[in-house]
Amino acid sequence: MKIELHDSHIRQIKEICDSFDNNPGELINVLHKTQNVFGYLPEEIQRVIARNLGIPVTRVYGVVSFYSFFTMKPKGKYAVSLCMGTACYVRGAEDVLDELKKELGIEVGGVTEDGKFSLDCLRCVGACGLAPVLMIGEKVYGRLTPSMVKGVLAEYE
Amino acid sequence: MDKIKLTIDNMPVEVVKGTTIFQAARQVGINIPALCYMNLEHLGVENRPGACRICVVEVEGRRNLAPSCSTDCTEGMVVKTNTPKVLNARKVVMELILSNHPNDCLACPSNNKCELQTLAATLGIREIPMVENAAMSTYRKDHSLSLQRDMDKCILCRRCETMCNDVQTVGALGTINRGFISVVAPAFEQDLADSSCVFCGQCVAVCPTGALTRTDDTGRVFKALADPTKTVVVQTAPAVRAALGEEFGIKPGTSVTGKMAAALRRLGFDKVFDTDFAADLTIMEEGTELLGRIGAFLGGDTSVKLPLLTSCCPAWINFFEQNYSDMLDQPSTAKSPQQMFGAVAKNYLAKKMGVKREDLVVVSVMPCIAKKYECTRKEFSVDGNPDVDISISTVELASMIKMANIDFVSLPDEDFDHPLGESTGAAVIFGATGGVMEAAVRTAYEVFTGKTLERLDFKELRGFEGIRTASVDFNGTTVNVCIAHQLGNARKVMDGVRSGELNFHAIEVMACPGGCIGGAGQPYHLGDSSVLKARAESLYKEDADKPLRKSHENPYITKLYEEFLGEPMSELAHHLLHTHYFDKHHKI
Amino acid sequence: MVQIKMHLLVCGGTGCRASESAVLVEQLNHQLKLNGLADEVKVITTGCFGFCEKGPIVKVIPDNTFYTNVTPEDAEEIVKEHVLKGRKVNRLLYEDPETQEHVSDSKHMEFYQKQVRIALRNCGFIDPENIDEYIVRDGYAALGQVLASDPKETIDIIKKSGLRGRGGAGFPTGLKWEIAAGNKADQKYVVCNADEGDPGAFMDRSILEGDPNSIIEAMAICGYCIGATKGLIYIRAEYPLAIHRLEIAIKQAREYGLLGKDILGSGFDFDIELRLGAGAFVCGEETALIHSMEGFRGEPTIKPPFPAQSGYLGKPTNVNNVETFANVPPIILKGWEWFNSIGSEKSKGTKVFALAGKINNVGLIEVPMGTTLRDVIFEIGGGIKDGKRFKAVQTGGPSGGCLTEQHLDTPIDFEHLAAAGSMMGSGGMIVMDEDDCMVSVAKFYLDFIVEESCGKCAPCRIGSKRMHEILEKICQGKGTMEDLDYLENLGKVIKDTALCGLGQTAPNPVLSTLLYFRDEYVAHVIDKKCPAGQCKALKSYTIDPEKCIGCTLCARTCPTNAIIGDKKVPHVIDQSKCIKCGACYDKCKFGAIQIR
Repeated sequence: MKIELHDSHIRQIKEICDSFDNNPGELINVLHKTQNVFGYLPEEIQRVIARNLGIPVTRVYGVVSFYSFFTMKPKGKYAVSLCMGTACYVRGAEDVLDELKKELGIEVGGVTEDGKFSLDCLRCVGACGLAPVLMIGEKVYGRLTPSMVKGVLAEYE
Repeated sequence: MDKIKLTIDNMPVEVVKGTTIFQAARQVGINIPALCYMNLEHLGVENRPGACRICVVEVEGRRNLAPSCSTDCTEGMVVKTNTPKVLNARKVVMELILSNHPNDCLACPSNNKCELQTLAATLGIREIPMVENAAMSTYRKDHSLSLQRDMDKCILCRRCETMCNDVQTVGALGTINRGFISVVAPAFEQDLADSSCVFCGQCVAVCPTGALTRTDDTGRVFKALADPTKTVVVQTAPAVRAALGEEFGIKPGTSVTGKMAAALRRLGFDKVFDTDFAADLTIMEEGTELLGRIGAFLGGDTSVKLPLLTSCCPAWINFFEQNYSDMLDQPSTAKSPQQMFGAVAKNYLAKKMGVKREDLVVVSVMPCIAKKYECTRKEFSVDGNPDVDISISTVELASMIKMANIDFVSLPDEDFDHPLGESTGAAVIFGATGGVMEAAVRTAYEVFTGKTLERLDFKELRGFEGIRTASVDFNGTTVNVCIAHQLGNARKVMDGVRSGELNFHAIEVMACPGGCIGGAGQPYHLGDSSVLKARAESLYKEDADKPLRKSHENPYITKLYEEFLGEPMSELAHHLLHTHYFDKHHKI
Repeated sequence: MVQIKMHLLVCGGTGCRASESAVLVEQLNHQLKLNGLADEVKVITTGCFGFCEKGPIVKVIPDNTFYTNVTPEDAEEIVKEHVLKGRKVNRLLYEDPETQEHVSDSKHMEFYQKQVRIALRNCGFIDPENIDEYIVRDGYAALGQVLASDPKETIDIIKKSGLRGRGGAGFPTGLKWEIAAGNKADQKYVVCNADEGDPGAFMDRSILEGDPNSIIEAMAICGYCIGATKGLIYIRAEYPLAIHRLEIAIKQAREYGLLGKDILGSGFDFDIELRLGAGAFVCGEETALIHSMEGFRGEPTIKPPFPAQSGYLGKPTNVNNVETFANVPPIILKGWEWFNSIGSEKSKGTKVFALAGKINNVGLIEVPMGTTLRDVIFEIGGGIKDGKRFKAVQTGGPSGGCLTEQHLDTPIDFEHLAAAGSMMGSGGMIVMDEDDCMVSVAKFYLDFIVEESCGKCAPCRIGSKRMHEILEKICQGKGTMEDLDYLENLGKVIKDTALCGLGQTAPNPVLSTLLYFRDEYVAHVIDKKCPAGQCKALKSYTIDPEKCIGCTLCARTCPTNAIIGDKKVPHVIDQSKCIKCGACYDKCKFGAIQIR
């Protein structure tokens, strides 16, 4: 999937790179900021970043594909993230995950056809007291059971 | 220097501080096996990620095993390199690597040249546990004009990454993804042809497996040779003769020019010519161009472009077009020897032989795989018919000789055919870094000063140092020259030129370590850079032994100008032997 | 000026915020205003109290009343009853699970009684977004003291205190500082490793959220000692609240002259920047962390050179973990003798643990080194949830191991945990009960390692994948006894050969379960049974004909039509069609479906 960047986008990326003095050492901070603005980091954006920082695009892609926080695909309107930390795991997160996959009809890392939901797993959000924990956007749902999944998702219908 | 005493396998060893266990062991005849580690000492190139964990050894008092390639010796250290624990660990790690590696060795281009294969045998691997249900990391195959990528065979030694980034500063290859699916690839796993790859092939030259290999064009050559309607002529680059013998077990550094000519004739080439002839021609054109620019400069013309950059190396030209597209009128417009040969063959020789252009097939044997790409550049063909039809590497020629049942070692020495087979010593040294510059100086000096050179050997231009500079006195006029091999060194020089920090009259650049002798089309050096040194020495010896050692003394070159071209830089010469460059900035 | 009579401390840690503690604060303020108490009673959002199981928590000062599970709707009652009339809201008080009596204040709660709080000293007591509250509790006094003395003296104090790195390996902190101090360079760096990535651990996050200034102070102290003027905090991007609070703390510290040029007039300059991680567990390894901060892939490199010689940008760099830093100011103020008197023979001071899993009191605790696992799990942790049987406790996260009932009296310290086949790690402690299959647990950790392995060295990249595949095979009931032997040999080789700490410890969860729960592996392999009943592939669903009345509900629910039977006749499950989804089990109203 090719996307076209407008001049204003390219300017925006350039501003972000400039704000870090175009220092390649700040690549990860640049990527964070850019992903905050655009929601994801498609090929075209990575090329602009590489050019601004004066490094091979292979290095940018090497970093983007290394860290799980960076994504090259747009997320759903509502990003559903299930915690798969140990505490959540031993309290049944796997069953909740199965139910989520079934309800949304997508695998982990996928986006529903209407672009509404995306599903990801997280490694410990640190709310182990509420295990198993699910996040939709910024909102945290705790002490989940598979039977609660439908109701939680319904809030976003 | 501080000395350290230790024991390795109960043998006392004394080494200089900073020596690794791996190096220390070699001193006492213990060759610890290694896979990712590579040290091209003469070139200052080292790859030591400590990634394969094959070279592990036991060190007394240490909790786990130590990677010998990257563990420094310490005083009183007690090292064991072959205990059951070590052997078991090495074997298990090797089994793991093999469990994620295709086992199609018999049909692999690297069969019998594969370091992984050799190591598996050395370590006594007899089975690969649980292959049946094991996942393999697999990737899309990538075929380019010059090289083939089959990354299923990648073992992540990172040598190619080191060459592409640290040595060549091309940055086309890098490690991508994380964990089990990590692999070395261009960004977005795109094709190499769409990346900033310049086809220098140094990644291929160091790959220990069949992950990165040369594109094989031998089939096309055999087909042309068997076609009765075609006249097939061949040209062989200078560096080929210095390395071809290695493929037949002949000691590195043995020049096999005569046997090579004989073998080519037996393969059925109608004429066996020499790229060296075209190298002499290159000197005539490029040398004249250089003198013209210097003359104009001395005459007060400030618009003249200096330094002149050599243009023989296609990988360098790619690199230049991508990175220095603001300086497109800087390089010599002279085509590379391969392409000069092609142009002369198709426009002069064909007529002389009474063959139609399209019925003449020009094959080149090159130490290089970028040449495969170079001969497909659009500007080097006429109505879709390329000046050079097929370019094969040294190794491909060796494979053809073997396939054709020719006993290379017992072949007699034969000569090249005329007229495009005659050359001088100046052309022979084109194959080593600094050779083009030395050849150019020999001719330019005599043309410029009208005097005969007393000393032909310019030792100051030779050697393996990455960047070398020299000043040559042209009868009162000082000519400053620079030589760089490996593109990272070229970048350093070019950045200095661009900023105005460095001032030279001429710069020679070769992309590969040691020049063409270290090209990716040559037999594997297996990480032993002394092989490259030996090849260079054999070229300088051949030069010294030649009766003619200056390009302008080549009688067939003189004849070519008289009969056909007129004079260097004439209109026809310009049309046939010169080219222009393109802005490829968008590729980086 | 009106005197403040009462403080309401509301937990603002990530866990309690997820349970609407921010709304609760709003409601409390609203109610106070309605009742004209806004000037006399102050609501403070604090860091984590540690008692996450019963969050959100509200603590009333001065009487230490400890309200649990407080919802925004409870605000009115707390204000009207407790604040206005002085009557405690009994229903919100913590109920002792044994006596079932309400406990009136935190001092009488077993959860807190056994704890000694050094690193967590301010968490739950102060507003982390207000530097004044930190300063009132002796904050930055240690820095002042250090800046007036010779750096060598401070290093000596840290060395004598016996403080060891809390990130996992337990390297002596004072020695680390001394080495970094001894290396000459024009620039040195102090790095705080806040890339807490253990699944199920949130110690560092809680400290940063609850007491960010303690880290800033300690980093400045370290900078002064080793001769560094720059500090960097490498923190997970997944911790937005901690990042936010650190940013505030750094800003306030600069305003107060506690960071920046000429700190407290000593001539010493020090400032701190934040660097965000991007989701890679391996970046907890210090060389990988440094590469990540430099904008590269977080791949570890061989040591030596150690960061103390050549670290960030090739300069001498001292990397310490959050909890390690948090211990530094109290050691300076109270003396090394005090710290050294706490803990066990070789492990001094306290350790923070994130207690989680099948335990009643999930939360954050801090205990003296040498406390037994039994005390932590059964006294502080309140025992196993739902009256189940204790089976194992996992310490050290993916690098650690599983310990059993026989280890319950093991004192928790670096040496004893390692001797038992686990490790201290950064402080994750997950309790498991009889329903947890230990092969699955090992598989869970290996799954994590496979996902998080950087891929650089062959043993970890391929070896952990193979181990995971074998475990998968065993959980499917397809394992062989040879697999167990291979697993063991493979595990040992990976330990011996992997490049970094992540790889070298990756086999621990497998090796420790193989050692202590071998019979469970054997049951999977020989009997094709999962004793805990967790492995789906080894479960079989059958219908008890005695209990089945033939209502057909199960047959209609079954997604693969595996259940056959006529109305009012006991049904049968066709095992070849059954996919073990459990739908019939959930639907049956008569308990006729059996799982074996």
